[in-house]
Amino acid sequence: MSEKNIYLPYLMTIDKVTKEAPGVKTYRLKFQDEAEAAAFDFKAGQFGEYSAFGEGESTFCIASSPTRKGYIECTFRDTGRVTSGLASLEEGSTMGFRGPYGNVFPMDEWKGKSLVFIAGGIALPPMRCVIWNALDLRENFKDITIVYGAKSVNDLVYKSELKEWTDRPDVKMVTTVDPGGETADWKGEIGFVPAIVEKVAPSSENTIAIVCGPPIMIKYTFPVLEKLGFKDDQIYTTLENRMKCGVGKCGRCNVGKLYICKDGPVFSREELNLIPAEEY
Amino acid sequence: METKYINISGLEQWFDAISASGKRIYAPVSARGQVDFMPVKHLNEVAKEYIQTTQSVKASVYPKAEVLFSYEKVHGKVNLTDFDPESVSETVLWKVHPCDAAGFKPLSAIFNWDTTDKLINAHLLKTTVVSYSCATADESCFCTSVNGSPGNVSGSDIQLTILSDGGAIAEILTAKGEALVALLPGVFEADRGDKKEKYLVDLPAKFSLEEVNAKLNKAFNSTVWKEQSERCIGCGACAFVCPTCACFDIQEDTHGSKGRRIRCWDACGFALFTMHTSGHNPREHQSQRWRQRILHKFSYMPERLSVVGCTGCGRCSRACPVDMNILEHITSIAEQ
Amino acid sequence: MEKLRGRAAALLADGSVALIIGYEEGTKRPRPLFCRNSESTKKLIFDSRCINNLAVYITKKELVGKDRIAVTASISTLRSILQLYVENQLSEEKLLVLTVDLNGELREFVTFDEISAYVAQFELKRGEREQEILSKIEGMNREERWKFWLGEMSHCFKCYACRSACPLCYCSKCVVEVNRPQWINPWPAPLANMEWHINRAMHMVGRCTACGACGDACPVGIPIDLITRKMMKDMAPEFGYIPGQPAKQGNALSSWKLDDREQFIR
Repeated sequence: MSEKNIYLPYLMTIDKVTKEAPGVKTYRLKFQDEAEAAAFDFKAGQFGEYSAFGEGESTFCIASSPTRKGYIECTFRDTGRVTSGLASLEEGSTMGFRGPYGNVFPMDEWKGKSLVFIAGGIALPPMRCVIWNALDLRENFKDITIVYGAKSVNDLVYKSELKEWTDRPDVKMVTTVDPGGETADWKGEIGFVPAIVEKVAPSSENTIAIVCGPPIMIKYTFPVLEKLGFKDDQIYTTLENRMKCGVGKCGRCNVGKLYICKDGPVFSREELNLIPAEEY
Repeated sequence: METKYINISGLEQWFDAISASGKRIYAPVSARGQVDFMPVKHLNEVAKEYIQTTQSVKASVYPKAEVLFSYEKVHGKVNLTDFDPESVSETVLWKVHPCDAAGFKPLSAIFNWDTTDKLINAHLLKTTVVSYSCATADESCFCTSVNGSPGNVSGSDIQLTILSDGGAIAEILTAKGEALVALLPGVFEADRGDKKEKYLVDLPAKFSLEEVNAKLNKAFNSTVWKEQSERCIGCGACAFVCPTCACFDIQEDTHGSKGRRIRCWDACGFALFTMHTSGHNPREHQSQRWRQRILHKFSYMPERLSVVGCTGCGRCSRACPVDMNILEHITSIAEQ
Repeated sequence: MEKLRGRAAALLADGSVALIIGYEEGTKRPRPLFCRNSESTKKLIFDSRCINNLAVYITKKELVGKDRIAVTASISTLRSILQLYVENQLSEEKLLVLTVDLNGELREFVTFDEISAYVAQFELKRGEREQEILSKIEGMNREERWKFWLGEMSHCFKCYACRSACPLCYCSKCVVEVNRPQWINPWPAPLANMEWHINRAMHMVGRCTACGACGDACPVGIPIDLITRKMMKDMAPEFGYIPGQPAKQGNALSSWKLDDREQFIR
């Protein structure tokens, strides 16, 4: 058999389009080739390279849970040539996907523990994958707390799911918007994510905190978690360095001795301490 | 491995036989005031008096722009056409210096350390390397400091050492080398016992790789990066002439409903290389990018890929518009 | 040389400037030197072998910061400084310019008018090599010229040394990096390289000060400076430029007037 071309994408059909927020969409993608669909598997935390044929490739996480079979989902913001090319596609169109790439959240190790999800802005998608994965296996975990913040009410993504999580008795859901981003009927918190985490003050006992967001949010959330008693091996995050190949060759996401695309994107804070903080 | 002798006219005949076999031959050619690898048909086209080609030979296995696959959109569907390894021609790289041939190992390590890269492997498979050991060197050369030597055979299928009579010691090192000899075996004579070392340039090592590596392991926050890189203007000349630099970009060449996905050379020294869509740039300053270049070659690659990302060819130093001299910089790090 | 070193040391010692950008001996030829203390000024040199255009550094914020700096400038560097000033990239308060004149005397310029007056004494000269290639190119017909340049472009690998060495290429995001729309194919290939170099020439025309830094920097020996030189020569009579002097009337290809005699521009 001839060598596989790792740059050749799977062909996917856009099965469903959901508008999440201004410029933000979620696509549900199905494999066009049945054999490829059957052979495909992934785990929470992994990412892929998504192609708009004619524009190029862009990197995002797989936003759906591996417990939901038969499709994958991605959520992206229209910010560049490729994402705007993707955004212009409609249901039924063909796009490309390479993956799954990268490492995974060690969910098996988290069995029996409480989980605290902390996400900011467009960084909810990687978290959504883990959240649904945990909720679909709810009996494996103790308390589940979600703190999610965005710049404004308008910028909150997965609004219907936020409501679903809020309504669930087995989830503690806290939603916040930056000061000034609230609307007249806003019932959630107002404040930046780190401050709200401090206010919610989840217990660190037998708990894992998963933090996803812009670098600045991560930077200010870590000390708060530290204050709450979270040790470095109880804190996980996923990095979003710029990538092109996704398979540890193009050189972009090399930080210290690690390739974020191969050794990450999921890191415990303990592992993060091994690479220079200024470079991610 | 076998060592033979080939005389000066035998070399020419053998070269003609390779040429006649239909294989492409790339060799250093002097043109436009520079010496670089170009397609040649006859041995007399090959450059003689020079120290080093401007560019490394890497482009022959890792082209500066190459089509990863092509596609066509038809009625909302997409048809993909994969890269075809059969499209790659049998190629002989002639008069490659040992420092250039030594670059194939790190290059291959970068592309194949985890998943394998079909494209570069297709090229490597069809490439036969005939190297010439070095009788001359200049002040930019430092192969002996990075595990190499003027007669190093790593990456070569055949190595020739030119003797004073114009003939050569031919070290036939691999099966590919044997196949090349088999194109005209009659011109190869028994080894005359010529001492190869006599014909090699004497190039004392300038630094110890272990020492540099140990220093670099503690140097991330050193002020040396800023000091050394102040004059760096952030171009990609060093990366593009380097035999082991492999960073790339993936781009789209679109023509209506048809298109091609292209891999092209990129460089960690470029300001936008690591820039996120959000505008956040983890390596915002040139000093960070210079540090990345040096650490990647001398620290990260040895640890992750068990190869050094530098063969001591000195091309980056020669190509740099502002004299960022890698030997000087590495030596000063070793001496700190 | 001693005068230059002494003055440079004094400027740093009394805090007049925080940085002096000059030249030191390099491994092959003189190279840029950044002096931030008096000690380092001992390495300063300034002679005709110093060919890097140091004006390229004075717009780099990460290097110069907010402090006042000094630069030792050749005629080429002085010309670039004047053009940068015309383009509002420099201010007199932040820059002290030093040079050594033909008599070996150290000269200091505090104002751009002083630089302007000094530079006006020097005619823009063409080197023998460029004169030779330029005459060759001017003797070619259109097809031959295209073939010549496409041949040269086939050697370009888009390392952008030309852009990086050019004091007037100070954009933080270059047109070749803009991808909405993708004006220029960013990979290296003969035509895609031609697209890039023609675009750069378009952005340079009327601004280029003919320092030759782009051509000197090219690692693969493309005489790329000749494109802007030739354009400058052709444009000068049409647009009233004086080669070697700053384009105070605006850039030929990015300025327009409502009363332009051409219709398409309105």
